Amino acid sequence: MTFEIRDIHKSFAGTEVLKGVSLSLEKGEFIALLGPSGSGKTTLLNIVAGLAHADSGSLVFDGEDITRQPAGQRHFGMVFQSYALFRHMTVAQNIGFGLKVMKGGPSRAEIDRRVAELLEMIELPGLADRFPAQLSGGQRQRVAMARALAIRPRLLLMDEPFSALDAQVRVSLRSEVRALQRRAGVGAIMVTHDRAEADALADRIAIMDQGRIVTIETPEQVA
Amino acid sequence: MARILLILLATLFLALMVVLPVVAIFHRAFAEGWGTYLASILDPETLAAIRLTVIAALIVLPLNIVFGVASAWVIARYRFPGRRALLVLVELPFAVSPIVAGLCFLLIYGAYGPVGAALEPFGVQLMFNLTGIVLVSLFVTCPFVMREILPVLMVTGEDEEKAALTLGANGWQIFRHVVLPNISWGLAYGTVLTMARAMGEFGAVSVVSGAIRGQTMTLPLQIELLYNDYNATGAFAAATVLTGLALVTLALRGLLERFGPRRAH
Amino acid sequence: MRAARPAPHILPGFSLSLGISVLFLCLIVLLPISGLLWQLGGLGWSDYLQVMGSERVLTALRVTVTAAAAATLVNGVFGLILAWVLSRYRFAGRGVLDALVDLPFALPTAVAGIALVALYDKSGWVGGLLDHLGLQVAYTWWGIVIAMIFTSIPFAVRAIQPAIEELDAAEEAAALTLGASPSQRFRLVILRPLLPSILTGVGLSFVRSLGEFGAVIFIAGNLPYKTEIASLLILIRLDEFDYPAAAAIAGTLMAASLLLLAAINIAQTRLQAYLRTEA
Ligand SMILES: Nc1ncnc2c1ncn2[C@@H]1O[C@H](COP(=O)(O)OP(=O)(O)OP(=O)(O)O)[C@@H](O)[C@H]1O
Ligand SMILES: [Mg+2]
Repeated sequence: MTFEIRDIHKSFAGTEVLKGVSLSLEKGEFIALLGPSGSGKTTLLNIVAGLAHADSGSLVFDGEDITRQPAGQRHFGMVFQSYALFRHMTVAQNIGFGLKVMKGGPSRAEIDRRVAELLEMIELPGLADRFPAQLSGGQRQRVAMARALAIRPRLLLMDEPFSALDAQVRVSLRSEVRALQRRAGVGAIMVTHDRAEADALADRIAIMDQGRIVTIETPEQVA
Repeated sequence: MARILLILLATLFLALMVVLPVVAIFHRAFAEGWGTYLASILDPETLAAIRLTVIAALIVLPLNIVFGVASAWVIARYRFPGRRALLVLVELPFAVSPIVAGLCFLLIYGAYGPVGAALEPFGVQLMFNLTGIVLVSLFVTCPFVMREILPVLMVTGEDEEKAALTLGANGWQIFRHVVLPNISWGLAYGTVLTMARAMGEFGAVSVVSGAIRGQTMTLPLQIELLYNDYNATGAFAAATVLTGLALVTLALRGLLERFGPRRAH
Repeated sequence: MRAARPAPHILPGFSLSLGISVLFLCLIVLLPISGLLWQLGGLGWSDYLQVMGSERVLTALRVTVTAAAAATLVNGVFGLILAWVLSRYRFAGRGVLDALVDLPFALPTAVAGIALVALYDKSGWVGGLLDHLGLQVAYTWWGIVIAMIFTSIPFAVRAIQPAIEELDAAEEAAALTLGASPSQRFRLVILRPLLPSILTGVGLSFVRSLGEFGAVIFIAGNLPYKTEIASLLILIRLDEFDYPAAAAIAGTLMAASLLLLAAINIAQTRLQAYLRTEA
C-alpha cells in the first residue's frame, strides 16, 4: 500500500491555507504532521479524510485516484480531536457502528465478537455498556481509536488525538496507539503540536508552516 | 423590602391576569354540575368538532415535522446563498396576525384566487374544508419545530455526523442513528407546541373553514358558536378540553426543562 | 486554480432538505403572502385611500393601536417586574410563576376570549366588583386592552428575562460601593443595559396585540365606530365579499407589523453597539 498526496491547494474566502502540499506514505508507515497553529494541518487531514474538498491537486491510493471519492467509501479511520463519539450510543455501539452500517457487512454475532475483541485490545472490556459522558478523557480517546480501527481502515487519520489529555495520560497512551497501529498494520497520519510525541511515535515527521510542508525527516534527523 | 414587594406584585399580576381567567373557565363549565358538563362534551356537534380538530392536527404534525427537521438541518449545516432569506421566511408567520394569515390563503387558494381558480375546473377546492384548515394550520405552526431543533443542531455541532460519514454511514443512517437521537427532545417539544397551536388556532381557521356546523367546525370555532348561541356551559365545557391541552403542554415543557438536556438559548 | 463546478457539500442531504424547505415555504408562506400582494396590486392608490380613509376603518385602526399601546405599556412595566423576579429571586413557587407566564401563549385565543368575558362581565367575579364601583370593562375599549395584555405578556417577559440573567452582578456591586443612590443604580446599571431587550419585548408585545383577534372579539363588544378592532373589520369585509377592502386593511396591518419588527431589529443592534462603545 502506498498513499500519495499530490500538490493540494485549498483556499478559504480568498486566503490560501494550503499552497501545494505533497506527501507520500509507505505501507504501515506512521507520519506525524507537526506545525504551528493555523499552518493548515487540520485542513489537510480533512481533505485526506474526504471531509473537505481540495481546490486542486489529487489523492492517490494504491494507484487509484480517490480525490473525488466520498468520505464513506475511502475506508479511512478518523480520530477526531474532540473524539466525536456518538453521545447517544454505548461504548460497544460506538465501536460497532461502522460495521453495522456497512453494506453487506458482518452479522450481528460477528459484530459483537469484533467489538469484544477491540474492547479487549484497548483494555476496556468492562465498559461496553457505558455512555461516552461516563468515560474519562483517556478512555474516550481509546474508544475513538477502537471505533476507527473497527472498520479495518486502509489508513488511520488522527487530529491531535492526545490534546485533550493531561501529560501523564498522553505519554502512557502513546505507546498503546503505536502498538494498535502496528498490530492493525495500517499507515497513519497524526497531527500534533508536540515534538516529543512526534519523535516517540512517527517513522517520519512532516513539518508544516503557512500551508506548505517545509521538511520531511525521520525523528533522528529532525532532532 | 423591595424583594418581597416585587414578588408580591408579580404574583398578584399573574393571579389576576392569568390564573383567574383559567379558573373561571372550569367554574363556568361545571356550574351546572358534572352531568351537564359531560352532556355538553358528548354533544354530537362538539364531538364532531373534536374529531375534526384532531384529524387536522394529525395531518399537520407529520408535515410540519418533516419541514421543521429539513429546514433546521439545511440552515444549521450548510452555507448557501439565500440561507438568511430562508430563516426569515420560516419566522415570518410569527409576524402575521391570524386574520391576515387566513385572508392571504383565501386570496390565493380560494375560488377567486389565482391558484384556486386554476384548480376549480378539476373539481379541486382548497378552501372552506379540511384542506383549508390544514393549510392555514401549517402556516401558523410553521416555525415551531424548526425553532426547537435549530439551536440543538447548532450546539451539538457536526463532528458526530462527520465521524459517522468516515465510518461509511449513508445519509439516512446518519440521520436515523446520530442526528435523530440528538434532536429528539427538541423535536418532541416542537411537536407538542405544534399540536397545541394547530388544535387551538382560531382566527386564521375561522377565515378559511367555511364554518359548516358539524362538518368544518374545529373545536375553537365550535366554542365561539356555542357561546354566541347562548350555550355558555357548552362553550366552557368545550373550552376545558383545550385548556387541558394547554396545561399538558406547559407540564411537558416543565418536565423537559427539569429532566431533559439543558436547552440552548 | 478553481474547481470547474462548485464542490458538492460534504454532509449528505443538502438537496433533499433544501428542496423540502423551499417547497413548503413557497406553498405555505410565500404564495399566500403574494396572494395578498396580488390583490393589493389590483387596487389603485385612490381605491386604497378610499378604503383606509373611511371613518369606520380609521376608528377601528385607532381603537386597535391605542389599545395595543396601552396593553404594551402595562406589559412593559409588568414584563420587567416578572422577568426580574423570575431571574433574580429564588423562592417557593418560582417554578409555578415561571410556567404561568407561558400559559397565555399556550392557551388557545378563543378560550382566553371567553374566559376573560366570564371574568369581566357584570356577572363575573371581577366584573361584578367593578360594577359596584361604577366601572365597566367588558364590551369597552378597556376590555380590548385587558385581552391584549393577556395574550402578549409572555412575549415581553421572555424577551427581557435572558438579558437580566446576563446582567453583570459585579457591576451592580461596584455601583453600590461607589455610593450611587438606589435610583441612580437602577437607571444606570440595570435599566440601561436592559434597554435593548426591553425594546424588543415591548415591540413584540405591541405587534402581537395589533393582530390579536380571538381573545379580543369576545370581550370587545364589537360596536362599529366604538369597539371594533381592525382584524374584525377585515373579517366583516370578507363576509361581504369585499376582498379589496379586506386586503387593503390586512396589507396595512401586515406592513405595519413587518416594518415595526424590522425597526426593532435595527434599533436593537444599534442600541447594543452604542451601549458597548459607551461601556
Ligand atoms: N472553514 C474555514 N473557513 C475559513 N477559514 C478556515 C476554515 N478552516 C480553517 N480555516 C483557516 O485555515 C487556516 C488553517 O487552519 P487549520 O485548522 O488547518 O490549522 P491547524 O494547522 O490545524 O491549526 P491548529 O494547530 O490550531 O489546529 C487557518 O488560518 C484557519 O483560520
Ligand atoms: Mg487543527
